[in-house]
Amino acid sequence: MKVLIMGCSRVGAHLASLLETDGHEVTLLDVDPSGFSKLPHTFRGNALLGDGTDEDSLRRGGIQEMDAFIALTEDDNTNIMAAQIAKSVFNVPKVVCRVYDPTREQLYRDLGLDTVCPTALIAESVRKRL
Amino acid sequence: MYIVIVGAGNVGYHLAKAVLSKGHEVLLIDRDAATLERIEDELGSIGLKGDGCEANTLEEAGTARADLFVAVTDQDADNLVACQIAKHRFKVPRTVARMSDLKNEPLFRKLGVDVTVSSTILVLQYIESQTSKPPMLTRLAVLRGSDREIADVKIPPTSVVVGKKIRDISLPQNSLIILLIRRDERIQLPTSTTVLEAGDRVVVVSDRASEQALHLALTGS
Repeated sequence: MKVLIMGCSRVGAHLASLLETDGHEVTLLDVDPSGFSKLPHTFRGNALLGDGTDEDSLRRGGIQEMDAFIALTEDDNTNIMAAQIAKSVFNVPKVVCRVYDPTREQLYRDLGLDTVCPTALIAESVRKRL
Repeated sequence: MYIVIVGAGNVGYHLAKAVLSKGHEVLLIDRDAATLERIEDELGSIGLKGDGCEANTLEEAGTARADLFVAVTDQDADNLVACQIAKHRFKVPRTVARMSDLKNEPLFRKLGVDVTVSSTILVLQYIESQTSKPPMLTRLAVLRGSDREIADVKIPPTSVVVGKKIRDISLPQNSLIILLIRRDERIQLPTSTTVLEAGDRVVVVSDRASEQALHLALTGS
């Protein structure tokens, strides 16, 4: 499938290479080109400069043909806004959004966003080892 | 009224000052303690240090009893999220978001922000009003709680409706001419046999979605 990832953080770059290994077509979008250096040199997909909360940037990133959109910047609100644009403006079939703040994550999950909360995942993972 | 304002920049500060002077109860939320301290020296203890997008901060602010929630930081995404949390978690009846990118307006509306304000749009409208001919159709009001609007349309001499009776012109569904202002400023209540003339202005209630079609029906040649 075609996947657009916003935010070339460590997670974004790692996910991109995993998805590519699985045979998916990946495009990365970031406002800062320095993150692209985290991509493995084998990466064959597109890396574009742009703001995922801006509809024009998303269009340039090809959002209209995407099967999935993943919001992975460091900023919860940027991720939430971009995910809602992908979902309700561009009707992307699968939208996943990272939210660090657990209460904010819960609220947006209740509102129908598919969210991942690293804070809760790590806390739970550590708790299970004790 | 109890008004919660997120963002103590220039807009937040002047807004807080203005609504305080009108006798409203105000709480101003900002992450920057020094900014709040400066404002509190002048306006009294109206500040709360914290993240206006965090439920805990909004809980502490008593957002659940707020009549109005206003988010005026300089980040559109922060204003959107603050308003959504106020609306969905704390059931604030009216939320207002400041917006810089004017493309965001339909999105904000769709996602639960009741009112958007944008200096970008205001300045743009001013520029357009100065540089272009007055529009043939001006939206006067949007009817509260519905998708209907009231518009003022000027009939140009080339319009297909000139010389026609109102009952013989075809308007979009759910459109009704409610008032007629003749070229000499006489005001008339239109009937089905009233004949429209060039230079007339008609006031029409219609669906917002049919605005373009209404414009075409009354001004097209």
